[in-house]
Amino acid sequence: MKEKGWEEIPIGGVIDKAGSAAEYKTGDWRTFKPVRDEKKCTHCLLCWIYCPDSSILVKDKKMVGFDYEHCKGDGICAAVCPVKCIRMEKE
Amino acid sequence: MSKVIALMGDQAAAEAMRQIEPDVVAAYPITPQTEIVMTFAQFVADGLVQTEMIPVESEHSAMSACVGAAAAGARTMTATSANGLALMWEIVYIAASTRLPIVMPVVNRALSAPINIHCDHSDSMGARDSGWLQIYCENNQEVYENIIMAVRIAEHKDILLPVMVCQDGFITSHAVEGVKVYDDKQVKDFIGEYTIRHSLLDVDNPVTYGPLDLQDYYFEHKRQQSEAIKNSLKAIPEIFAEFKRHFGVEYDFIETYKLSDAEVAMVALSSTAGTIKAVVDELRAQGKKVGLLKPRFFRPFPKEKIVQALSGLKAVAILDRSESFSNQGGPLFTEIRSALLDESKKPLTVNYIYGLGGRDINTEQIRSVFTDLEKIVKEKEVKDLVNYLGVR
Repeated sequence: MKEKGWEEIPIGGVIDKAGSAAEYKTGDWRTFKPVRDEKKCTHCLLCWIYCPDSSILVKDKKMVGFDYEHCKGDGICAAVCPVKCIRMEKE
Repeated sequence: MSKVIALMGDQAAAEAMRQIEPDVVAAYPITPQTEIVMTFAQFVADGLVQTEMIPVESEHSAMSACVGAAAAGARTMTATSANGLALMWEIVYIAASTRLPIVMPVVNRALSAPINIHCDHSDSMGARDSGWLQIYCENNQEVYENIIMAVRIAEHKDILLPVMVCQDGFITSHAVEGVKVYDDKQVKDFIGEYTIRHSLLDVDNPVTYGPLDLQDYYFEHKRQQSEAIKNSLKAIPEIFAEFKRHFGVEYDFIETYKLSDAEVAMVALSSTAGTIKAVVDELRAQGKKVGLLKPRFFRPFPKEKIVQALSGLKAVAILDRSESFSNQGGPLFTEIRSALLDESKKPLTVNYIYGLGGRDINTEQIRSVFTDLEKIVKEKEVKDLVNYLGVR
């Protein structure tokens, strides 16, 4: 993304568009990456509840993967998983 | 119909606030500002204004509440002095860089320690680089009028910066003078309505205030602030002109007194300018070509006006009521001297630090400065760049 100049952005640091955080890719902050063992996962969705970055992808009430563009690798999902199906792997 | 009433400088500020009737005032008392907030709180209690008055637990909270209110789109004011300004420091910067048009009367007072409640300019001069505009008032009339003008200046679309309206603690804040007060309606017509572009409370068009702004955009936001300060030099004269149309009173970034044919002059902010005028009159009666330059604005720094007013003189004494410990003079001196540096024709300049902690500045001391200036002209040399006027 080409960064804008001072004359092209709203003043005062105001962000004048809602939901724009999705455009800020934080995935490259990650040192450890969550990897799931699909066979063990019970789809309890505790990881989805706890993830502070909305990076647990859910479809039809099932955990289907991680949003690696935004996941910062904090490991909270791995810590709260009751069946320990998520492990943190070095990038 | 205007009327002249007897008001202390603090009451003049409160009277302007009553007429402005801000949506929100969040403030904490501190000497010598207390009478502003006290008087205004009485107006609120008496139902004379509809302002939401937030009596907070500290100045840090006062400015924080002002930031929130201003981001929501409220016309917002507070007032402070010295250590109170120091305590709100963190949020003073945030108010400016978030571009919130808050207006704050500052009653100038020395910073501790040792503890001192009397006038000097070290509080507001310390906030010089915070991005606020700064107006300095000579007398109670200027306090009243500058606060009214400050609302329009802060809210101007090309500026959108907070404004401090400074007056000298006790010297004017607690001195009673006749102040010409305009009709409430006249003032309300002049200030008009304020509509914020992005209100924090507009749920249909949600916005974010104060986000994280790292290496990628912080610099651009600072560059915008520099531009706003530059813009203010063009926009403020529009407000001066409008003020003149409404109230018949002429304002400018600077005031000159008997300066056009002067050979030497003094430069001073706020009430000291009034004392200098008296000495100028006295020396003029003796045939001496002396004058005064009183900058009304320190931010924006009116470089062109100051250079134009001073460049033809032989010697100029610049007075600072604060010490910057640079050994190069106080803030007013270093900026004016720097402004004159590139002029081919410029006066010799000398600095006097004076009046710290409310030390009285009298006509005798001012006369001695004019005598020093005569000597500097004669010898074509400034022997001591920084002098301490009135210290033992």
